[in-house]
Amino acid sequence: MTTKQLSIFLENRIGRTKEVVEILSNAGIDILAFTIADSAEFGILRLIVSDIEKAAKQLKEAKISAIQTDVLWIPMDERIGALAEVLSKLAEGNVSIEYMYVCYSDSKPYIVIRPAQMELDKCEQIFG
Amino acid sequence: MMIWNQNKECMSREEMRELQGKRLHKLVSLVYHNTPFYRNKMQEMNITPDDIRTIDDIVKLPFTTKQDLRDNYPTGMFASNMSEIVRLHASSGTTGSPTVVGYTRKDLAIWSESVTRCLNAFGIGRNDIVSVAYGYGLFTGGLGLHYGVENLGATVIPTSTGSTEKHIKLLRDLGATAIACTPSYALYLAETIEKMGLSMDDFKLKAGVFGGEPWTEEMRVEIERRLGIKGYNIYGLSEIMGPGVSYECECQCGSHIVDDHFYPEIIDPQTCEPLGYGKQGELVFTTLTKEGMPLLRYRTRDLTSLIDEKCACGRTAVRMTPVVGRSDDMLIIRGINVFPSQVESVILEMKEFEPLYMLVVDRVNNLDTLEVQVEVREGYYSDDINAMLALKKRLANRMKSVLSINAEIRFMEPGQLVRAQGKSQHVIDKRIIK
Repeated sequence: MTTKQLSIFLENRIGRTKEVVEILSNAGIDILAFTIADSAEFGILRLIVSDIEKAAKQLKEAKISAIQTDVLWIPMDERIGALAEVLSKLAEGNVSIEYMYVCYSDSKPYIVIRPAQMELDKCEQIFG
Repeated sequence: MMIWNQNKECMSREEMRELQGKRLHKLVSLVYHNTPFYRNKMQEMNITPDDIRTIDDIVKLPFTTKQDLRDNYPTGMFASNMSEIVRLHASSGTTGSPTVVGYTRKDLAIWSESVTRCLNAFGIGRNDIVSVAYGYGLFTGGLGLHYGVENLGATVIPTSTGSTEKHIKLLRDLGATAIACTPSYALYLAETIEKMGLSMDDFKLKAGVFGGEPWTEEMRVEIERRLGIKGYNIYGLSEIMGPGVSYECECQCGSHIVDDHFYPEIIDPQTCEPLGYGKQGELVFTTLTKEGMPLLRYRTRDLTSLIDEKCACGRTAVRMTPVVGRSDDMLIIRGINVFPSQVESVILEMKEFEPLYMLVVDRVNNLDTLEVQVEVREGYYSDDINAMLALKKRLANRMKSVLSINAEIRFMEPGQLVRAQGKSQHVIDKRIIK
């Protein structure tokens, strides 16, 4: 259960994220999830989108450099304790997490995880 | 490799000094009688043309500065009547009024001869096709190279500046074998060729005639690798002639000065004391044979040193080492001398960065700050913020070790830094000295 995530390098300036998001919306691309990692003067915008190839093409035409990363993509039940179960499986498998965030697709929740060592095969085994 | 003018380029040093002395004597008479500026200066210093007999007497003569040229704008420094002047050029007046230079027919012939010597030393001969992508017009780069190529008997494509895509198409379709442009434009060409999805196998380019701005050895390696050519330095300045004042040979161990026409000296930029061979200082030129606008001991502001040894290529002409900076664009940051060329060399040695940069100098709470703006090269971006911060730290450490001061590194988005077509602007100094 992996999917591809788009990561975009952004300078910290007013309106920059809006510009990037507009490029995607103008092309009819749906943003399923996003998160921003920030440092003092730049950020990395991470996105899960409905059509990653089309999104990458649109961004390239706008001279925005985006990289694609494989991430874990795990369906979640909407009940108390579901997140803890997923995380304990990873901890038992000795996988550390670089970052994670939540995504909704077809009204169902998913958790997006980037394991620290990019051990995607190992993670897939864990979740069978 | 070929030597265009064996007689002059390989002349023994004694013969050359004798020739230079004769030419200097004649030059001093010319300016004394035709340029009031020099006559006044020499009379103030109590010297006459008769006091200048040998090349060693040159140290008695007054210096000429860029300010002198501005003060005598537009044609006050000319030593020939306008009826003898057949061409005018003008330099950009970014820091004052422009400087106008005038050439007689003989000046133009000597200029073409000088450029021809350069091209020949770069392995360019009459069967070559040379695209001249320096600006044509008031700037001396375009027309200077143009007539040198024609004088050599090679084919010139007068590209000038403009659409890079069109230029690349012509380079390919006409089978150009050499290109003349600034080194930063050569890198921009390489980037555009790669973006257009073309391979260097589609081109016949073998040599680059690069000048107009100081460049580093790292930049040469980068250009040579990406364009698959040999890159040679050509040096010049419009006040003295234009491109063709000095040039590298195949040994690439300094640039040979056309010293039968342009006599070089190195001085201490502060005291104006002449320095010997091997010492770094400000380069000064005297135009031994020029008629239109001859100059005595013109201070170029370029910092370099001179080598007076016979070169392995056979030439005896004095060589200048690569220009390390300009005595007027040297930045003093927190009391430390910083040259943009030092920053450039660091960026070029790290493959993670595009060969571009901008320095922003400011003063915050009475303390100078230096920001170095760079672009991470495509393929070296990471989704991991820690990896990006580690890369930033690595560049900052490297800068610190080279510059001896801390520089704040700023990663710009791709395409944010200016790709220069002419001389690139590398410094923004926001300091207001109170």
